[in-house]
Amino acid sequence: MDSGELAHVRLTVNGVPHEGRCPPRKLLVDFVREDLGLTGTHVGCEHGICGACTILVDGEAMRSCLMLAVQADGAQLTTVEGLARDGQLHPLQEAFREHHGLQCGFCTPGMLLTALDFLRTNPQPSEQEIREGISAVLCRCTGYHGIIKAVAAAAPVLKKS
Amino acid sequence: MKPAKFDYWAPASVDEALALLTRYGGEAKILAGGQSLVPLLNFRLSRPAALIDINRIPALAYIRAENIAEPGPAHGRPPTTEGVLTVRIGAMTRQRTIEFSPAIAERVPLLTEATRWVGHLPIRSRGTIGGSLAHADPSAEYPTVLTALGGSVVARGPKGERTIAGSELFQTYLTTSLAADEILTEVRLPAPPAGAGYAFEELARRHGDFALVGIAAVIARQGERCTMARLATSGAGPVPLRLRAAEEILERDGFGDAAIEAAGRRASELVNPDSDIHASADYRRHLAGVLTQRAIKRALTQATGG
Repeated sequence: MDSGELAHVRLTVNGVPHEGRCPPRKLLVDFVREDLGLTGTHVGCEHGICGACTILVDGEAMRSCLMLAVQADGAQLTTVEGLARDGQLHPLQEAFREHHGLQCGFCTPGMLLTALDFLRTNPQPSEQEIREGISAVLCRCTGYHGIIKAVAAAAPVLKKS
Repeated sequence: MKPAKFDYWAPASVDEALALLTRYGGEAKILAGGQSLVPLLNFRLSRPAALIDINRIPALAYIRAENIAEPGPAHGRPPTTEGVLTVRIGAMTRQRTIEFSPAIAERVPLLTEATRWVGHLPIRSRGTIGGSLAHADPSAEYPTVLTALGGSVVARGPKGERTIAGSELFQTYLTTSLAADEILTEVRLPAPPAGAGYAFEELARRHGDFALVGIAAVIARQGERCTMARLATSGAGPVPLRLRAAEEILERDGFGDAAIEAAGRRASELVNPDSDIHASADYRRHLAGVLTQRAIKRALTQATGG
């Protein structure tokens, strides 16, 4: 399509179908925030370094600032808004609260979804593996210790569920 | 919006993609995983007239192992009529798929190990082997693996298909011998002989960053005798380097401490790194020697021959 045309994007976010129209150059993170109004996904560096915008695309953690919205046509997304159910925090969110895994909260949505995908591929990680797993997301408040504890605490709970 | 305007096409076949490339006459960019290209678009360092997104061509994502008759000797073995066991990987195969592929872990475990050094899990979920090779960052891991294993890539253009040896692919920083109207479609990695040992050693300032220097080693032994040595660098010059003179030391003198040390020293002499804000050229040169020794020693612990 021509650069001036609008792409028709239909996708599912947290189980809810959405659609919208946007120029082909619109980044997925901007589409999610501006067009769908789901501002839980944060936008930080916008070039794939900080990890704040990490979401699940068809179940796998990806940088939503390194994808175009039009590329997600037909995809299933999970954002931080999709983690809690019926007013109950997700076990991983519960662990972050319990172990002081966040302060300002800016990195937290990306951190949660990165950790979720990481724990799916490695359900029983060592502390070193957790450190490597979450190194995909930068946090400037916590010094990471609380986050590492939270991910370690959530691992057995998620493994059971 | 971050990127400058571009036309956008998501063809369903390679033929369609090639027709689009020709139509834009060198002004279009192929969008594979986008983990290097999209940052360049976001910074507007790259402003192509069009993006040709090949993510919707499922025929480009596969992993197959089969015997292929190589035009020249592979891993020092003479060419045979039955060919060399070769792993063929479709250009759009995700790095994450490669990381967890049992077929690759069995036949080219060097690739599995190198993949864990590629960015982070969320980058590998999206990034592809073809994209990484076509981008040709000399600090990246896959160009080094291709160089160490003596692999090749397949490119398709309007006039048909050709095979490009890894040694012919990389020209200089971010530049390959792919023509503007060609698409990299497949990567071919000849499997090292059974019992070969391998290691990928790398040092970066932070986990997931591009390497200051990386070294890939593949070796085969019969007792203390070295029957094959492959050493290749990343981050130590404008293209990945085969350290042939260092390999020759091992092939001549075997795997004693003195030989390994000499191979490391030779590696330092062979590389031609740049200085930048991350490390000086001298430090990188030193690192090439240290990592070469480490890679050889670790590869040795896995080599079972003799």
